[in-house]
Amino acid sequence: MFLRLNFKKRNKDMVHLFSQQGYNIALDSASGAVHVLTGIAAEMLRLLKPPLAPVCPVGVRYALAKYPAEDVAEAYSDLYSLYEDGMLFSEDMKGVAPASDAARIPVKSMCLHVSHDCNMRCRYCFAGTGSFRRERSLMDTGTAKKAIDFLLEKSGPIRNLELDFFGGEPLMNFGVVKEAVRYGREREKELGKNIRFTITTNGTLLDDESIAFINENMYNVVLSIDGRKEVNDRIRTYTDGSGTYDDILPLYRKLVESRTSGTYYVRGTYTRENLDFSKDVLSLADAGFDQISVEPVVLPPSDPLSIREEDLPVLFSEYEKLTEAMIVRYREGRAFNFFHFMVDLDAGPCVYKRIKGCGSGSEYVAVTPDGDVYPCHQFVEHTEFRLGSIFDPDGLDNELRSSFAKCNICTNPECSGCWVKYFCGGGCAANNYNSSGDITVPYRIACELERKRVECALVLKAATSE
Amino acid sequence: MKNVKTLNKSTYAKKAISAGCGECQASCQSACKTSCTVANQKCENVNKK
Repeated sequence: MFLRLNFKKRNKDMVHLFSQQGYNIALDSASGAVHVLTGIAAEMLRLLKPPLAPVCPVGVRYALAKYPAEDVAEAYSDLYSLYEDGMLFSEDMKGVAPASDAARIPVKSMCLHVSHDCNMRCRYCFAGTGSFRRERSLMDTGTAKKAIDFLLEKSGPIRNLELDFFGGEPLMNFGVVKEAVRYGREREKELGKNIRFTITTNGTLLDDESIAFINENMYNVVLSIDGRKEVNDRIRTYTDGSGTYDDILPLYRKLVESRTSGTYYVRGTYTRENLDFSKDVLSLADAGFDQISVEPVVLPPSDPLSIREEDLPVLFSEYEKLTEAMIVRYREGRAFNFFHFMVDLDAGPCVYKRIKGCGSGSEYVAVTPDGDVYPCHQFVEHTEFRLGSIFDPDGLDNELRSSFAKCNICTNPECSGCWVKYFCGGGCAANNYNSSGDITVPYRIACELERKRVECALVLKAATSE
Repeated sequence: MKNVKTLNKSTYAKKAISAGCGECQASCQSACKTSCTVANQKCENVNKK
């Protein structure tokens, strides 16, 4: 629909081979094939360069002389079979041309900022404690309805649409959330669309009514909490500086226990103050939650809470500890999902999706309380990225939208040679911009963490497929 | 195979047929909001083979 694919190029460098927690794993980046290898096969693969011949090269046999000759021959035969089947040193896509004419790209996903205000004062908030560094404000019902009209009009042939109620704290404007859902349900029927409403909340304003409404109407709910009480309460505080943990935990439990359909995540942020974040993930699992996401903070390097390059070894070790703990719990029948380790090797997205990433600025937009349109929620405080207004649907800055559409793993030379590119989709344009001032320059720390997370995810797959 | 266990049943190239419909979720909407991971998204192409 959007791309032309041509699988032609023999890929010499895109087999990523690593060993972790007793598993030797090879990811053939271009095909997505993941192989768990014996020790001899892993050693052999490190020595091989395509194109492969049907018979094991003499040099490889010599290098593996410590093994019986028949074992070497059998290992080579197995690897050669993968090669012949296009699952090792496979051909990468060549001449891919992602659609970059934004005027023709549907908008299918919207982050609706119903509140630019918040009743909390989290120290790491990228949204400037909810206001996005502007006057604190709430969206009115008319603007919310107009935003839904905008999404429906701009979605073209796409049936499944998403609308996330976001802030600030969206439950500070719960009345508008309810009105918007009611209106969206009416309009989707008229137009044969399916709007998936979701909400991201700090939990402090949840009550029986809002819990029931969320569970009845929201396809997904994101519940913010940072893990251990002392970690959460050090950063996630009310305006008076007091912690929120004891208030939100029972509300989250109530919401999750009464949720009969749709998904949820308890979602935390780790900072330089809790680099041992695996304990926070496990704390949330111990609290009874089985859908968990804990992610690195997004802050400029000058901020004392920001993640720095020297923190990476500790963070890599933490992801490995988390993997090990998840394997143990899986074997004990206490499995839980960690968002960044969730990889669907068979029913996952197509290559088109993997190339385009999140679609910020082109397929995905954020809308402020006064109806301004931005590439995503993280760009809202940067007025130079204003794309237009929902009140002028034909006046969107398609040149700026196109610059986001052109930002993908095929056009970015730093991404095109990276083995993890089809898992991350090119990363986050906002993270790139915040770290370098350029949406096309990958944020190195995020790339390093993504590569480690995917390795851990594949180890988890290997362990849970035994 | 004695030396290899392949974890997935399909490859990107095989799944390219009938793909690119755009019906899947935007990755940022599901949980992260501050990063990007696409590999955990579900394909929602009703015509996929």
